[in-house]
Amino acid sequence: MSLMLLIEQALNGLQYGVMLFLMAAGLTLVFGVMGLINLAHGSLYMIGAFACAAVAAATGNFWLGLAASLAAAAAAGALMELTVIRRLYARDHLDQVLATFALILVFSEGTRWAFGSFPLYLDIPRALAGPVRLPGGIDYPLYRLVLIGVGLSVAAGLFWLIGRTRLGIRIRAGEADREMIGALGVDISRLYTIVFALGAALAGLAGALVGALQSVQVGMGEPVLILAFVVIVIGGIGSIKGALVGAILVGMTDTLGRFLLPIAFSTFMERSQATSVGAALASMLIYILMALVLVVRPGGLFGRA
Amino acid sequence: MNAKSTLLAAAAVLALAGTAGADPVKVGMITTLSGGGASLGIDTRDGFMLAVNRAGNPDLSVVIEDDQQKPDIAVQIADKMIQSDKVDVLTGIVWSNLAMAVVPAATAQGKVYLSTNAAPSQLAGKGCHPSYFSVSYQNDNLHEAAGAYAARAGITRAFIMAPNYPAGQDSLAGFKRFYEGEVVAEVYTQLGQTDYAGEIAQIRASGADGVFIFLPGGMGISFVKQYADSGVGLKLIGPAFSFDQSIIQAMGDAALGVLNGANWSPDLDNAANAAFVEAFRAEYGRLPSVYAAYGYDTANLLLSAMDKASVSDADAFRAALREADFASVRGKFSFNASQHPVQDLFMREVVREGDILTNRIVGVAIEDRGHAYEDECKM
Repeated sequence: MSLMLLIEQALNGLQYGVMLFLMAAGLTLVFGVMGLINLAHGSLYMIGAFACAAVAAATGNFWLGLAASLAAAAAAGALMELTVIRRLYARDHLDQVLATFALILVFSEGTRWAFGSFPLYLDIPRALAGPVRLPGGIDYPLYRLVLIGVGLSVAAGLFWLIGRTRLGIRIRAGEADREMIGALGVDISRLYTIVFALGAALAGLAGALVGALQSVQVGMGEPVLILAFVVIVIGGIGSIKGALVGAILVGMTDTLGRFLLPIAFSTFMERSQATSVGAALASMLIYILMALVLVVRPGGLFGRA
Repeated sequence: MNAKSTLLAAAAVLALAGTAGADPVKVGMITTLSGGGASLGIDTRDGFMLAVNRAGNPDLSVVIEDDQQKPDIAVQIADKMIQSDKVDVLTGIVWSNLAMAVVPAATAQGKVYLSTNAAPSQLAGKGCHPSYFSVSYQNDNLHEAAGAYAARAGITRAFIMAPNYPAGQDSLAGFKRFYEGEVVAEVYTQLGQTDYAGEIAQIRASGADGVFIFLPGGMGISFVKQYADSGVGLKLIGPAFSFDQSIIQAMGDAALGVLNGANWSPDLDNAANAAFVEAFRAEYGRLPSVYAAYGYDTANLLLSAMDKASVSDADAFRAALREADFASVRGKFSFNASQHPVQDLFMREVVREGDILTNRIVGVAIEDRGHAYEDECKM
């Protein structure tokens, strides 16, 4: 194992982490501001990927597809909020989970109805394809570097939005005391729709960006959703900063765990057994991390205890 | 009427009953029609129903239900089909874990099970049963084909990789069974993993000269796209599951040139296969996958047995199935004692034909292959 390989794996972990952040940011905003558990967040990720794949296939242009993914996911999110989610704010979490689980089924079968059961084709735009040589002689895929850049820029944009703009002040106020800002004359239901659509657009963006690397298929959002929940629990529910730190922690732990654990086990075990045990333990690692964080800080790293 | 003519009349009636298969046969198909694995079940169903519709046998009826890729649902459907639909034959399950949940119980109740895909080692060896037939293969076969051919494709130092679950472990064992080169690294990934950057970095650093992967469905699409983009460029080899008709379109040019072991290919040269590919294309507007080919063969096997024996005579019906007297799209096809196929295993390559990607045969990997668990089957 060389240092270069370790650095490459760390970059992979970072890239995985910032993509998880795009998913987790919307989820944590919606949970923090509206107190809503949205299981259908993964469906918005899927909608982003399908919109991008469909538009890219029709026009031959990935960037138009990317714009379409933002628009489609934001529109689907706003529509979801106006028709279904709005009725759930006053209900308890079990009702929210049930209703948003139903939405997963509706979106999944709706997508299958519209696009069929076979995975769609979506490739990396030609300008970003292939590896580039980094200082130190690492060949690293350019597209993954761009993903890291995009993820970190979106994070910076979100911090600015929440911390420095009028909308951000309202969002923070809504988190602190939703009755009070309603009484102060802020149109709370419009604010909720905007926050929901913003979270949806981020999920759609993640779906499109990651879809180019992965398989665009029905049900692609749910595995990511589970990880996004782990991220916001680690980071502290409602905290954007927590989501960023949590996402990078989860991305690093997962990638480096999968890489290092089998190597560590093979120092005292037979190889094929070591890879099997190492892989099994690596898949548990992020949940162990979550449990440890919750033991030390029950509200998450940046949550209000 | 004297005794002799009575006997003659009785014999004639029996002969009629025997040849015409007077008893109708009801088939229960349990397969995956929704969720991420739906494309496999849809192809299985479409291939099966294509053969049923082409035969037009009024004595054969089929009920189809979606198992959602969940073992508990598959068990519920099987119970319902056996108890209230009164099916005679069950078929269609794609996944080994679902097959293990359904097949032993169904065969114990005297139902015939014809496997269109899943064929776990447990059911091929110790758990073999006179009412269980695998029409597809034994699970290890396509991995064995890849292992047997890899050295011939110039892969002498292989990096091998599969998800960490029973079929993944069987896959790597199957590959190594006939592989003559050296295995430089063996990696287990998570089931359902979508990002392979970490593994690709390990491949680059491993000093291997070829990569064997078993990553079915979406996992394979993700890996192949990321692998192509990484520029590592070592020869890829795998079983057909990762590079079949239903998924290579989603990989695009990244899949071109990938070698995959199979027991069927759309360009396999025999009359039954040419008719099948042509009819499937005309009916559904797409090329068939291996799953469609297995479904089609399964229905034709069943139809051939219905012509020879009545389903109410279980022993005669199973004997008729064992004869495998049908024109398989795989050309050569017979059953061994454990009722799994003996067939040629091929190596295919992904090629572009016009604007679609498909597979073509580049060589025979193993001739007349049965399976590794034959000796464990006591029947």
